[in-house]
Amino acid sequence: MAKVPVQFTLNGSEKAEFVESGTTLLHALRDKIGDTSPKGGCHQGTCGACSVIIDGELRLSCLTLAETCGGADIRTTAGLAEGGVLHPLQRAFLDAFATQCGFCTPGMIMAAKVLLDRTPNPSREDVVEALSGNICRCTGYEPIIQAVLAAARANSQNAA
Amino acid sequence: MAIRRGRGVAAINYPTGMNLGGDPTQALVHSTPTGNFMVTLSSVDLGQGMKQIMAQICAETIGVPTDRVVIDTADTDTGPHCMGTFASRGTHRAGNAVIQAAKEARQVMLEVAAEELEVNASDLETDGQGNIQVKGAPQKSISIFDVALSAHFKRGRSISGRGMFLIPRSYPEKETGAMKPSTCYAHACTVAEVEVDDETGEVTVLTVKNVFEIGRALNPKMVEQQLVGGSWMGISHALYETTEPYYPSRDHGGTDFNQYLMPGPGDLAETEIIVLERPSADGPFGAKGPGEMCANPQIPAVANAVFDAVGVRIDTLPITPERILRALKTQAAG
Repeated sequence: MAKVPVQFTLNGSEKAEFVESGTTLLHALRDKIGDTSPKGGCHQGTCGACSVIIDGELRLSCLTLAETCGGADIRTTAGLAEGGVLHPLQRAFLDAFATQCGFCTPGMIMAAKVLLDRTPNPSREDVVEALSGNICRCTGYEPIIQAVLAAARANSQNAA
Repeated sequence: MAIRRGRGVAAINYPTGMNLGGDPTQALVHSTPTGNFMVTLSSVDLGQGMKQIMAQICAETIGVPTDRVVIDTADTDTGPHCMGTFASRGTHRAGNAVIQAAKEARQVMLEVAAEELEVNASDLETDGQGNIQVKGAPQKSISIFDVALSAHFKRGRSISGRGMFLIPRSYPEKETGAMKPSTCYAHACTVAEVEVDDETGEVTVLTVKNVFEIGRALNPKMVEQQLVGGSWMGISHALYETTEPYYPSRDHGGTDFNQYLMPGPGDLAETEIIVLERPSADGPFGAKGPGEMCANPQIPAVANAVFDAVGVRIDTLPITPERILRALKTQAAG
């Protein structure tokens, strides 16, 4: 089958790849481009581990075809740290012990980032709602909820 | 028809590890030329933090900062033997093996330092910061970096150690059948409060209060993390999860995450964790295995709470609305 050219921006850098028609964005990111931060959990859109941000929207990369992402601005957890300094959400997840095996963590952080970008001071209910598409097997969720609330507090203190 | 409230209590004892044909784990420790320490294990970190705990145990035993220890669990073909990471045995079995290996490596390290400082090895101590010094005369010291260089390039010594921990096989007594399947038990008690809708059979867990007795908590934050997550998983086992809802029939069994539904962040009960530390006699620094038992006591506690609320005993898991309604129907038929 003929391959399809795809160009998009990944964490601020231009990327160009030839992919087979029907290739998921998850597969293109992990196996073609080498960004393994989005995880393949269920490959059917139910676990949230593959979550990425496309043009500001939270998306499941396992259900997104790579060829539909031409010209898109794609953000993954691998692009959050700047100059070796962790993003406030990453720092908050570490401080709150909000990760154990770590497989769900990149998806959780993407979901939390979209929430905080839109709702800088979320309520607990807002956080629960934002994370409801993501499954975690280890933590029981409470440490993750606390981490997102802590990151929001840290952001608002920095802004003040 | 009403929402009925109930409270249930349950307590468990949980063995650390197993004992079928004997339960061994081995470990090797050696220093690099620059005085870092490698711990080689076949025990696997599943995400529960075994590498962190083994690094702490090795560092504490040798007397160096934890960041000077590297844990290599790379290969079960080439590494020293381990029965595996299961039955909550990792910290207890591998930890004891690492202590033994690290003690032997520490002894060689002190011998090399003694030669460099021209003193007796028994007069030396570590400062925990990467140096070895004479007891009572800390100005006479040498860095572990320099000791390792000396061992490798001058003295021809290997700063290394072998560790072995074995729980021997326990045979049952012929007359009574009694045996000693485990040397070390963790304990837990849970109180669960639930609301049961006797019209729909739905159970809402309001609060879960857990007390865990887990020996010495070698890393208190990681222990808390395991216990909080485990408590949630116990509730999930009690009320929601099964691959075969009509066992032994496979009917309606979930085949993927669309059908096998787990509770999400919106299904949390108010959870309390209390840790009691009673150091075990044969654990590394008194540790027991808190791994799996943390998800156990919630299950009978919820079953007891449901009984307290609506008076029916559900003895098949999970305690689904269907099972509660069928039991209530039977109860009403008297």
